Amino acid sequence: MLEAYARVAGNRDEMLGADGLVKPAWEPFIDHVSNLPPDGLADRFARGDQYLRDAGVLYRQYDEAVSSEREWPLSHIPVILDEDEWQEISAGLIERADLLEEVVRDLYGNNDLVASGQLPATLLSQNPAWLRPMVGVRPAADNFLNFLSFEIGRGPDGRWWVISDLVEAPSSVGFALENRVAMGKVFPNYFANTNVHRLAGFFQTFQKILFDMRGGSEGAIALMSPGPMNQDYAQHAYIARYLGMLLVEGEDLIVQDGRAMVRTVAGPEPLSLLWNRVPGILCDPLELDPDSLLGTPGLLDALRRQSLKTVNAIGSGVLETRALMAFLPKVARARLGRDLRMPNIATWWCGHEAERDHVIANRDTMMIGSAFSTVPLMASPDGTALPSEIDGSDADRITGLLQNSGRELVGQEAVTLSTTPTFENGAFVARPMCVRIFLGRSSTGWQVMPGGYARVSAGNDAQAFAMQRGGKVADVWVVSNRPVPKPSLLATDAATAMRRSSRTALPSRAADNLFWLGRYVERAELNMRLFRAYFARVSDGASHDTALLAYLRTRLMDDVEPTVSAIAERFGAPLNHALHSATKIGDRLSPDGMMALRGLVTMQRALEGRQLSTLEIPREISVLLRQVTGFAGLVHENMYRSNGWRFLSLGMSLERAALMSRLLAQLTAPEAPDGALDLALEIGDSVVTHRSRFSILADRTSVLDLLALDDQNPRAIRYHISRARRHISQLPGDAEGHALTQVARMVLTLETRLATEEASSFLPDVLMQVERDIWELSDALTVAHLV
Amino acid sequence: MIYDIRLSISHRYAHPAGNGRHLVRVLPRMFHDRHRVTAQLVEVLPEPTQRQDRIDFFGNQVTSITHVQPHDAMTIRMACRVEMAPVKPCWDVSPAVETLRHQVAGIRDLAPTSPVHFLGPSYRLSPTPEITQFARDNSSPQDTVAQNVIRLGSALHSTMTFDPDATTVDTDPAEAFQQRRGVCQDLSHIMILALQSLGIPAGYVSGYLRTLPPEGGVRLAGVDAMHAWVQAWCGHSHGWIEYDPTNATLVGTDHIVVGYGRDYSDVSPVIGHLRSSGDQVNTQSVDVACVD
Repeated sequence: MLEAYARVAGNRDEMLGADGLVKPAWEPFIDHVSNLPPDGLADRFARGDQYLRDAGVLYRQYDEAVSSEREWPLSHIPVILDEDEWQEISAGLIERADLLEEVVRDLYGNNDLVASGQLPATLLSQNPAWLRPMVGVRPAADNFLNFLSFEIGRGPDGRWWVISDLVEAPSSVGFALENRVAMGKVFPNYFANTNVHRLAGFFQTFQKILFDMRGGSEGAIALMSPGPMNQDYAQHAYIARYLGMLLVEGEDLIVQDGRAMVRTVAGPEPLSLLWNRVPGILCDPLELDPDSLLGTPGLLDALRRQSLKTVNAIGSGVLETRALMAFLPKVARARLGRDLRMPNIATWWCGHEAERDHVIANRDTMMIGSAFSTVPLMASPDGTALPSEIDGSDADRITGLLQNSGRELVGQEAVTLSTTPTFENGAFVARPMCVRIFLGRSSTGWQVMPGGYARVSAGNDAQAFAMQRGGKVADVWVVSNRPVPKPSLLATDAATAMRRSSRTALPSRAADNLFWLGRYVERAELNMRLFRAYFARVSDGASHDTALLAYLRTRLMDDVEPTVSAIAERFGAPLNHALHSATKIGDRLSPDGMMALRGLVTMQRALEGRQLSTLEIPREISVLLRQVTGFAGLVHENMYRSNGWRFLSLGMSLERAALMSRLLAQLTAPEAPDGALDLALEIGDSVVTHRSRFSILADRTSVLDLLALDDQNPRAIRYHISRARRHISQLPGDAEGHALTQVARMVLTLETRLATEEASSFLPDVLMQVERDIWELSDALTVAHLV
Repeated sequence: MIYDIRLSISHRYAHPAGNGRHLVRVLPRMFHDRHRVTAQLVEVLPEPTQRQDRIDFFGNQVTSITHVQPHDAMTIRMACRVEMAPVKPCWDVSPAVETLRHQVAGIRDLAPTSPVHFLGPSYRLSPTPEITQFARDNSSPQDTVAQNVIRLGSALHSTMTFDPDATTVDTDPAEAFQQRRGVCQDLSHIMILALQSLGIPAGYVSGYLRTLPPEGGVRLAGVDAMHAWVQAWCGHSHGWIEYDPTNATLVGTDHIVVGYGRDYSDVSPVIGHLRSSGDQVNTQSVDVACVD
């Protein structure tokens, strides 16, 4: 196994030393893998992948305007680093973090670096990431930077180089954690007896940092994400949940009187600390990019008044400017009197003639890209030119571009990176890699996470690092030759306090999504039942033109075409909407709930793809129905009784009650064809109950008694209106006096009517009025809590 | 010369809108040598829940207002009195364009008036080949920067037809230039792009224009709303000059400055955000009366 690998590995490999032997830090792992049954590896890898799937760890892939979710591309072989080397790396990065803090302080403060000629003025003035409204604004937190990540790579001389400084862009710390958990599934017996540094301690420290930063204020601590369309949303949800923070998006926040507040179902609640993952330029459409839909209008006002702390300071993204790397080494020398411990990759800003000429002359060994872009050259799927990709005519074009727009371009040395083993098609292959490392600032200085993750190229091409291009991600293990601390899994005080302060607030938008999730699931369920009932009759020989089926289509199915696919779409669409709502509240639904929902949609799509004979339909749909019932069961048996659960359950109850009212209005109408009442009982899943309670043929009154007015039948309108009334009485409302809120009044009126009137008085127009009343109740609920 | 200036901007919403938040830039700037504001007032209806005045990066006065309660219309009224100083005669001491480029490259200053902010591109302005070509055709490397600014501005004025119906506030300058039609905003944007393509730092100026001409003078275009023109940097010795391409004139005592920025988006009179649905109708009126 290793002989073959040695032949493919280049002269700089992470696992093999220059002598071709396995490095000591890798030995225990290689021994472990060698002693595993060879055919067992695939199973183990699958276990890790299964874990990631179940945990919802995905990334978004963008192909020409459409985005889709893909599996997280875990390379199942870790990158292993020796602790001593790790210490060196840490020291280098801590030094760089301190330098960056000084630089950003100057860029938004005195501008000494520009005044003294150490940085060109246009590097800021033409830079979209330098946010003018933040100039002169001191962050409420003591520092601009509190959480950083760096991408580093090992060059041919064995030294580590900083490839990019990541201040606000995807730093994916959540994925580092997920990778580790997945690796625990792949190699379950490995970690307990080896000296691989654990990650949990770092997160406990970081949690404490955030909690301490908040200081004496009582406001919430939140992570602000660009939302589900962002490729890192899953990890935002994951890390927010792991650290016990509120997950918010720009529209969840509102700024009142210079204070940032979270819009919750109980009204606006103060926010004290924001871990921001939205690009700075998009944070406030009033003062920054006016087209941004991700930000919060007025957020900069709160920052100016120092009423909100952010990690990191809004505007510090300017540190990711590629051209800055051309000047940092000199800035560092001026400050430290020596070179940086760890250099960054050689960079030439083409705004100066000498540098521009150097880049033109050495074009063949350089990557050329935007000076201002904050995307590292090697991750960028476009906009940069690798030497290998340039042909003759391009070369002229690039020279021309360099001469005319030099200020906007940089050249960066195309470093040959070290390789690391990854497993492909049953064999180890060596692929170029770079490592991402995370730093958090504590009261005693920067802490470096002992681990991280490596991005492994899909081929030998250094440009294929982007996961968008098929690259993989590997866990990074830092191995000590002494036993490592094993952080206690018991919650720290900070963790407990954080959860208590942040998890209770329910943002209105999250509540709205839960409410609609409930509604869509119920809508799908009822339409599945209609679908089954319809095709059960077709498979019994009824034609689509029979009175009852035609009546069903016109009265309850919006005149749908009489085909399997058209009728199936009536539950397919709401199921997809349900999944869509669920993905927007990734942090609030349990992984089991998400899994059940994904399972449902997968099954429904599989059904769609198959040509079902009408005979198969009732059976297949019954399986699907059991799945929906399973989801509802999870909601009611497993979910904590929070306000979030209440809104989900309310959505389900109101939708079910409203749809049942509509169904009964049509099926108990005098003009309804024969068999309509039996059909109502069948769809209402109450055939057996009806038989036992009435033991007679179904008539209008008995059907209405059971499906509209019964308070014990979970299919009846009244049952759900009563449940809704109980939920509503628990919602936060006006605390003043004993007067009912408008929503509470509406639901009580409706419940009373259902409890006091006779079945015989529920004529179709009354039932239709009930349906309208329920939708009005739903609207009032939305206005009171969800907008 | 003393002006009394009045402005009224109204927004009408199809449905009541709540949680509104607006930034208003309508007050004239303070200068020590050019014009002095002796009285000023901004009034907003309905009464805002909060209101705060401050100075933005470029030194413009901004009023920030929020409305929590839903409302279906908002009116902003501004009234002020401005005393104009007489224009001092000045000689053209600007260098040739090539020399200017070297001066720009040596600038180590990020203060709001520094030319490095005005090299482009900016939020609304990206270079377009047609405008670059136009700039090349209407400039001359032998002339001074100031001469080039005036030449380019008057060429643009003759090329374009003033037409309030041809463009909207969101029209891209490249499109306006293609049609050869537009208003002060379009002409200013095009001129900025043209100057920047030559390496001359140029910015956007919003403000007011004297409504009635002095006796025997011509009534200027663009007086019924806020006006816009261009500032261009002519080197360390000459500094900034302002030119109004809509009226093909250097700016004198008929123009009152409200805001300096890179393009319209830096100085738009009202920028806002509110939770609403449906259409919105905006109206604006301006009156600049000469008091003595």
